[in-house]
Amino acid sequence: MAVIALKPGYAEAVEFRDRKENFHGNQVVYLHWEEHLSFCSAIAFPLPPEMPFGALIEELIPTYYGMHPDYQSVNWEQVEWKIDGQSSTPDMSKSLADNGVGHKSLICFRTPGLNGYRGSCS
Amino acid sequence: MAGIVSITLQNNDEARPVIESILEDNPSANANYMPGAVKIDCPERLVVKAESVSERIGRDWDPQEIHLTIVSMGGSLDEDDDELVLSWGA
Amino acid sequence: MTPPRKKKMNLKQRYALMTRGLDWETSYQKMDDVFPYDTFEGIKITDWSKWEDPFRLTMDAYWKYQGEKERKLYAVLDSFAQNNGQLGISDARYVNAIKLFLTGVTPLEYQAHRHFAHLGRHIRGVGPRVAAQMQSLDELRHAQTQIHTISHYNKYFDGFAEFPHMHDRVWYLSVPKSFFDDACTAGPFEFFTAISFAFEYVLTNLLFVPFMSGAAYNGDLATVTFGFSAQSDEARHMTLGIEVIKFMLEQHPDNLPIVQKWVDKWFWRGHKMLGLVAMMMDYMLPKRIMSWKEAWEIYFTEAGGALFEDLSRYGLRVPKYADIATEEAEHISHQNWAIFYQYTQAAGFHTWLPTDEEMAWLSEKYPNTFDKYYRPRFEMWREMEAKGERFYNNALPQLCQTCQIPMGYTEPGDPGKIGFRSTEYKGERYHFCSDGCKDIFENEPEKFAQAWLPVHQIFQGNCGGADLGDVLKWYHMDNGADNLDYSGSPDQQQWDAWQAARKKVAN
Ligand SMILES: [Fe+2]
Ligand SMILES: [Fe+2]
Repeated sequence: MAVIALKPGYAEAVEFRDRKENFHGNQVVYLHWEEHLSFCSAIAFPLPPEMPFGALIEELIPTYYGMHPDYQSVNWEQVEWKIDGQSSTPDMSKSLADNGVGHKSLICFRTPGLNGYRGSCS
Repeated sequence: MAGIVSITLQNNDEARPVIESILEDNPSANANYMPGAVKIDCPERLVVKAESVSERIGRDWDPQEIHLTIVSMGGSLDEDDDELVLSWGA
Repeated sequence: MTPPRKKKMNLKQRYALMTRGLDWETSYQKMDDVFPYDTFEGIKITDWSKWEDPFRLTMDAYWKYQGEKERKLYAVLDSFAQNNGQLGISDARYVNAIKLFLTGVTPLEYQAHRHFAHLGRHIRGVGPRVAAQMQSLDELRHAQTQIHTISHYNKYFDGFAEFPHMHDRVWYLSVPKSFFDDACTAGPFEFFTAISFAFEYVLTNLLFVPFMSGAAYNGDLATVTFGFSAQSDEARHMTLGIEVIKFMLEQHPDNLPIVQKWVDKWFWRGHKMLGLVAMMMDYMLPKRIMSWKEAWEIYFTEAGGALFEDLSRYGLRVPKYADIATEEAEHISHQNWAIFYQYTQAAGFHTWLPTDEEMAWLSEKYPNTFDKYYRPRFEMWREMEAKGERFYNNALPQLCQTCQIPMGYTEPGDPGKIGFRSTEYKGERYHFCSDGCKDIFENEPEKFAQAWLPVHQIFQGNCGGADLGDVLKWYHMDNGADNLDYSGSPDQQQWDAWQAARKKVAN
């Protein structure tokens, strides 16, 4: 369905605000640790598409999720990844783009056996 | 639960005669007091009669004076010189 | 009050004279040129004269009663200020609820004033046109009374000073702002459905009644007074809301699907926005009157149930996803407070963890959800606080494209899982917190693809810089005073000093 507008040509004249070109060479990527909802939502980053996927584990995740009591126990070999809802086995040495991560992609990871503070999904 | 109408009034001196009149004129009405306000629920229909309020305050009460103390309502409203009625299906 | 006088005309005659009697059909200009906005939405009106205000309020009576309300209101506000009423509140934590309310709602009152003025000019039927004119004046009055309240609290507490500036910039204030922008950029009938019906009739009770009653319970005379004074106009606004719905449905059967779509949309938008009020009621009032869930049962399930049963004779059904919203009433206040707790560094009011007694109250009010899902979250944060490692979320949240709230809401039936929704439009992905928000986007993608999402705007470099400090500066938030925990805040220090001084006097 389309918007019903007063002005003819409204729909065609619309400027979409979050086009990739507006992010200065970065693309927006969302990251989410499943069953750890003390982090209230997925978190957003402007990242270069050529950044290696492994940088998530080495830099972003420790910085932004490292304070959670479960973090120290994560076994990265067993982590299950999903990119835009599809199960995925990312190649850590390849770029985000090569792993299929695009503008406004959502990357979820699940840590089997670790499901939040006292198993509460928090 | 079906068809409950309601009126919420401030719980102050000005509204008190209105509250009393409603409770007397609508025997199945039920008043729920909360800090600062009172919510009066009634099945199907609730009437605020100018005559009853006027009697209590010793002067002519205009149903439009309800605007000074009303907080909220539920139902369809109809107002004339003599009364204000809340009901469904009107 | 003026002494009783015999009226020459009865109410119905006066109403007819003072509304319809003032209207005319244009002769040398086409009506469609004079009223260019009230047809493009597709709503068909065959007879505008069928409209009648059930209160039958005429402009002369309107001035009389509004004048009286204003006299009373300002007498109370003035004495609140004169007598240092802020000292009588239950606890200074309470003021944070008022900060959120006044920074979030007051600019909306002003927006409502402007848009009802627009409708008061541009609706071709004289009945609703006069009602819109009155409402426009009401809304200006609401904005003014609230600004007077801000002006008093602003002398003693942080977080109020930059309210109009903040409304246009701050991430969570974009929730109410975008809600209203959406309504004001719609046609007149959608605006009536959005604001007068869905918001004022169906949902506003949840905002004002328990909240004002809560203000009364917490000793906030200023808020009780402007709140109840504003609310006395609200009954008239609610009447406008229900009349406009019935009028559209009675005028033409083709109007039903359009109205239903708007009712679905604005119920859902209102439900999401009122989640902020849910959090105020359950977490921010030191003395609580009822839980959000209880308020939802009284004002939506019961009152809304009777309303939609009545409207079913026109073929209108209960808003889509009302069942989901009712399920969410068990979660939304906890989830929202958790959002603000972890982003306290970027909020213009203070946060705190619930005390033991408060948690006991929450367990009692939310037996199905609090102990299982939310108590552990707060207990974990409490342990971290005790170790000197207060929990902050240092990254920015993913926002819903429609409601603009961080996507922190869980899957219906599975509170351990975030409910992610997304869609593609013209080659780009859009994300939503719920099916309700996704449907709204898909009905008008051109509109919502333009959303000014605060997080993306920061990334695009439009918000003063990339660091928290830059963005706070751009928000006009005083870092270290307006934001962060209540504990240790200048607000708290001041309050404690007042309490100590009072004790000294008492001894
Ligand atoms: Fe208002
Ligand atoms: Fe949403």
